[in-house]
Amino acid sequence: MKVMAQMAMVMNLDKCIGCHTCSVTCKQAWTNRAGTEYVWFNNVETRPGQGYPRTYEDQERWRGGWALNSRGRLTLKGGGRLKKLATIFSNPIMPSIDDYYQPWTYDYSTLTDAPAQQHLPVARPKSLLTGKDMKITWSANWDDDLGGSAVTFANDPILKKVSTQVKQEFESTFMFYLPRICEHCLNPSCAASCPSGAIYKRSEDGIVLVDQDRCRGWRMCISGCPYKKVYFNHRTGKAEKCTFCFPRIEVGMPTVCAETCVGRLRYIGLILYDADRVLEAASTPNDQDLYEAQRSLLLDPNDPEVIRAAEREGIPNDWITAAQRSPIHALINTFKVALPLHPEYRTMPMVWYIPPLSPVVDVVAETGEDAENHRNLFAAIDALRIPIEYLAELFTAGSVPVVDGVLRKLAAMRSYMRDINLGRDPDGGIPAAVGMSEEDMYDMYRLLALAKYDERYVIPPAHAEQAHGLEELATECALDFDGGPGMGGSGPFGEGSGQQSVPVAVENFAVLQERQQADSLGGVAGGNAVTLVSWDGKGSPKGMFRRRRGGSDSPGGESR
Amino acid sequence: MTLFLWVVYPYICLTIFVVGHIWRYRYDKFGWTTRSSQLYENRLLRLGSPLFHFGILAVFLGHVMGLGVPKSWTEAVGISEGLYHFFAVTVGAIAGICTLVGMSILIYRRRTTGPVFSATTSMDKVMYALLALVIVLGLANTVVANLVGSYDYREGVSIWFRGIFRFQTYPELMAAAPWTFQAHGLAAITLFALWPFTRLVHVFSAPLGYLTRPYIVYRSAKPSTAGNRPARRGW
Repeated sequence: MKVMAQMAMVMNLDKCIGCHTCSVTCKQAWTNRAGTEYVWFNNVETRPGQGYPRTYEDQERWRGGWALNSRGRLTLKGGGRLKKLATIFSNPIMPSIDDYYQPWTYDYSTLTDAPAQQHLPVARPKSLLTGKDMKITWSANWDDDLGGSAVTFANDPILKKVSTQVKQEFESTFMFYLPRICEHCLNPSCAASCPSGAIYKRSEDGIVLVDQDRCRGWRMCISGCPYKKVYFNHRTGKAEKCTFCFPRIEVGMPTVCAETCVGRLRYIGLILYDADRVLEAASTPNDQDLYEAQRSLLLDPNDPEVIRAAEREGIPNDWITAAQRSPIHALINTFKVALPLHPEYRTMPMVWYIPPLSPVVDVVAETGEDAENHRNLFAAIDALRIPIEYLAELFTAGSVPVVDGVLRKLAAMRSYMRDINLGRDPDGGIPAAVGMSEEDMYDMYRLLALAKYDERYVIPPAHAEQAHGLEELATECALDFDGGPGMGGSGPFGEGSGQQSVPVAVENFAVLQERQQADSLGGVAGGNAVTLVSWDGKGSPKGMFRRRRGGSDSPGGESR
Repeated sequence: MTLFLWVVYPYICLTIFVVGHIWRYRYDKFGWTTRSSQLYENRLLRLGSPLFHFGILAVFLGHVMGLGVPKSWTEAVGISEGLYHFFAVTVGAIAGICTLVGMSILIYRRRTTGPVFSATTSMDKVMYALLALVIVLGLANTVVANLVGSYDYREGVSIWFRGIFRFQTYPELMAAAPWTFQAHGLAAITLFALWPFTRLVHVFSAPLGYLTRPYIVYRSAKPSTAGNRPARRGW
């Protein structure tokens, strides 16, 4: 047994209202640069729908992830090492920009620069790739909220798998949102596909990153990832992906998407897993057994033997404690309500989902029956094959009983807690009907419904002695956009060449946090250095402006 | 003049080639990439890129044979002059034509596909012009040396070329070669000087290590194993 720690996330889909705040804040933080216009480390898809990029889940076409060969051995679905090298000059299974969308902007200046004329000036869409006029035909969320679904829903790869009768009536039946980030897999096929070995998994916390200095732009990771969560920066010619906001995680703060989530539906925590058994679990013959196989990889952090093994591997004590308090461990292994997204891709994904009960509740409520009564809900779960089959294709490779069991637990929780909230005697039979104790049910309610900040996010800070080494990818100066006042721009060898990128210093985030929680708008006590990376626009921190000779200090700061 | 063209100039260019690469690798690891444009356009690339790349790999091997291996060696293992030239002409012509056709497709694509054209740097344009010149002249040499005329480059150019690396110079051999060979040589030497400053550097990151490394790479923050570069500043 080789114990390793993994930072993981669970999303409670019942709470997602599809507001895209996570996508927008993530984009602001990480991909608001030239070359990454179409890159959404975090995106929110409407289900049923095609996803982003379109139909990415159709692995017979895109051939991402792993598959078992005829001898039962785990191989890359897109072809092994020799095939990768043979197709390196033209990757036959790489999505083109049209499978994402052509990024564009508008020539806003015509709105203000136009001379007096009879008609209102119009800002026309301009392609960000060519600078020419373009016709907008698709974007990252073109089919949001089932928009245009009459035309596009037939392309949903998951809908193709469930029975055909669904297709006529699905629109009135159900809809939900699926926020997606990189899965930070235990068995990442993007890393396995990278010819340069630039994609690596951090052995401390399992975050999967691209080493920008070693990436040579061979593009194999993009087709290797079945979730299509590695993107090609078309200006720098390098792969980029979700970083799990590691500079924030290292100082104990949740990711940007989680922090800004309006529905508070994201959970972040550590899990301990047995690295020696990953390959064995990923080679499980039957697709539908992969959920259980992956769950069995996760170790019980309260087991004394696991703790001893973890200590032997040098996992610090506060990390073991954090693993014991982890909401992820509770949701996956204690309550067993979280499920992995597409376990059949065999990458052992580590962003899990609690399937939504709300489509079922909605249907019951529409019939006029009591939608909080567990008997009605249980009956509806049994009767409503449509959403459940669909959810099973997403989360359990089509195994309906597993999804069924999870939804029953969520339904039971609703009924059981209603009695308590209305001051009635709690019915111990309800938790028992789904195999849970009353205490467990209450604990689950507390974690899912109350969802306190420090219970949702149990993130032990990286140890200071490790921090400098963990630092890897970096953002750029905020002023360093095209034609901006920053020092950057295109070097002689193309975008961003030759520059030492500004590292996201761990300290910056600590300073930012301090400033956000400070009482005054002035600078934070101690330290005169100001970095614009961490400046949030509030006031003008001390040291931002040079002190005038003989005069007073900067407007906001106190004079020194 | 002969001395400058065939001794001084090659050494200058090769020095730039070597030092340039070292400098570029230290200064600009981030810019060291293929700068693939497959994302923009795939239909023409799917045809042109493998044609060009496999073609030029074959051309490279041909040059190793023709320039690197002395005539006496091939004769020692029993390959006659006629047999050698038969192979050189057929394989060389096929590889050369593949390269040329592939390159034509790629340049056409680069010029006509909007996004690809806007992503082309001026350095790219210089490099493409020079590379095309080298390839066209090289293909002409195959024809001139073997079909039209009868220049045996293994008695001339090859000896001069190997001499450069042994610091024994034979400028008179190049001066006596047909002008197409001279032009091909000069263009190629110039391309070598330009090489470290273009996207051609991706040749040196041919990922052969992929064949032997484990699939999943783990990296630890511990300084001893934290990648291939020194830790950055700790703040």
